[in-house]
Amino acid sequence: MDRPKSAEPLVTVRDLAFARDSRAIFQDLNLTVARGSVTAIIGGSGTGKTTLLSLIGGRLAPARGTVEVAGEVVGGLPRKQLFALRKRMGMLFQSSALLTDLDVFENVAFPMREHTRLPEALIHHLVLMKLEMVGLRGARDLFPAELSGGMSRRVALARAIALDPMMVMYDEPFAGLDPISMGVVVKLIRELNDALDMTSIVVTHDVAETCTIADYVYLLGSGRVIAEGTPADMKKTDAPEVRQFMGGLPDGPVAFHYPAQPYLDDLMTANRS
Amino acid sequence: MNPVAWISGLGRRVIAGIGRLGRATLFLARLMPALGAALARGRLVVQQIYMTGVLTLVIVVVSGAFVGMILALQGYNTLVRYDAQSSLGLLVALSLTRELGPVLTALLFAGRAGSALTAEIGLMKATEQLDGMEMMAVDPLPRVVAPRFWAGWIAVPLLAMIFSAVGIIGAYLVAVGDLGLDGGVFWSQMQSGVSVSNDIMGGLVKSVVFGFVVSWIAVFEGYDAKPTSEGVSRATTRTVVSSSLAILGLDFIMTAFMLRGL
Ligand SMILES: Nc1ncnc2c1ncn2[C@@H]1O[C@H](COP(=O)(O)OP(=O)(O)O)[C@@H](O)[C@H]1O
Ligand SMILES: [Mg+2]
Repeated sequence: MDRPKSAEPLVTVRDLAFARDSRAIFQDLNLTVARGSVTAIIGGSGTGKTTLLSLIGGRLAPARGTVEVAGEVVGGLPRKQLFALRKRMGMLFQSSALLTDLDVFENVAFPMREHTRLPEALIHHLVLMKLEMVGLRGARDLFPAELSGGMSRRVALARAIALDPMMVMYDEPFAGLDPISMGVVVKLIRELNDALDMTSIVVTHDVAETCTIADYVYLLGSGRVIAEGTPADMKKTDAPEVRQFMGGLPDGPVAFHYPAQPYLDDLMTANRS
Repeated sequence: MNPVAWISGLGRRVIAGIGRLGRATLFLARLMPALGAALARGRLVVQQIYMTGVLTLVIVVVSGAFVGMILALQGYNTLVRYDAQSSLGLLVALSLTRELGPVLTALLFAGRAGSALTAEIGLMKATEQLDGMEMMAVDPLPRVVAPRFWAGWIAVPLLAMIFSAVGIIGAYLVAVGDLGLDGGVFWSQMQSGVSVSNDIMGGLVKSVVFGFVVSWIAVFEGYDAKPTSEGVSRATTRTVVSSSLAILGLDFIMTAFMLRGL
């Protein structure tokens, strides 16, 4: 599992800065994702994990710095090239984002129908193959509303790999799953990554699960990478931020309190405006 | 109340309204190229016509029948004073094809299918389905929005014709069955008095315009909705209110031009 970090990078984020409504989300963010690896990006809620995936997928443009995917700088790409690049990236949304008016089969077939002119018989085969990989071949006629959380995430995963992408981005793939479904998804991410020769970026706050499958881990905090290393390194380290996160301690260098004026001042101020 | 505050509040509303109209127009300009692309995939459009048509057909048929029957009763009541009840068929046909068919159909469509279109697109946005498509390198404008726009635009004139036809049949049933008019006179007066180029085409033009405007408002509000449940419900309300006002306002303008023969 200990892949050398010097492996050729597929994604390179350099000196990235991004702000929302004048509030900085990232400043000087640097990270690389090695080709073929499962790279975990761990951070608390609101640290900008989803935002980072949007930047990598070119849905947002950085204020400063660059995001490079497969040798192309994503921020400035014309729409056509951006779409061509996106066909090679799969993305698993936090909410699965399945199309509610299509059944499971058609959801997985959707990218194939949109981007290829494959004959119907072949699409049928490919969709069943993808569904078999996630263990949901038998659920092909169900609609998204009839699926459990774990199942819809697996369908979304089958859809994300429909076009055999070079990389898949997972936005909190474990959130809100029962332990069994979580185990299934954890195992799937690793197996699909290796079987299909992909690269995976897993964005999450579930430290324990992620560390069992990740090759390399980045820990995000206050807009930059505060620690990085293999899961084994991360467990050994003494850095207080890392210990706080890995150990799930409520307060520490990463503050429990949202920034506010002193408590007493706040109580004494009668006027809310 | 402070009059200055009132006036400035009024000004703010007007400016916000004009800003919104500008956004809707920009959206329409972006939608235009997608319209051609959507037509190339007729299956999606036909599917949407089927869905919106089914949504609205029953309510259009039922309303059309009642409006026709009411027109017959009211029209007879007036015409009989001048001993002109033989013109009842003509009166009903003209009222329906020129005015009531297009206008009421468009209003019904806005309330039934237009609001549903807005809610559907808004919910797709709120549940990240549109973002998901973007990430799959599928542009939602030609794939999701344009087929729904086409469907609304095409469905409204078709439904308006059905409305008028059903209304005339309803009026016939009342006139002949209840009021004791002669069926032959009812039809022949209508046939000689209704002009295809003026009355029928005029009504058709109106319903094509209404179909365009209602569909435009519905897809814009859905696409522009805040991606929350509250945002979607507000957008749905706005679709019904703006469409209804637009339909009535445009109807007045078009009627004025048509009656003066341009
Ligand atoms: N569309 C948006 N507009 C304004 N602020 C946003 C938007 N989306 C996210 N944010 C803010 O950006 C920060 C990072 O959000 P996000 O990337 O979703 O965090 P995470 O996925 O790590 O929980 C949050 O503080 C959030 O409030
Ligand atoms: Mg998130």
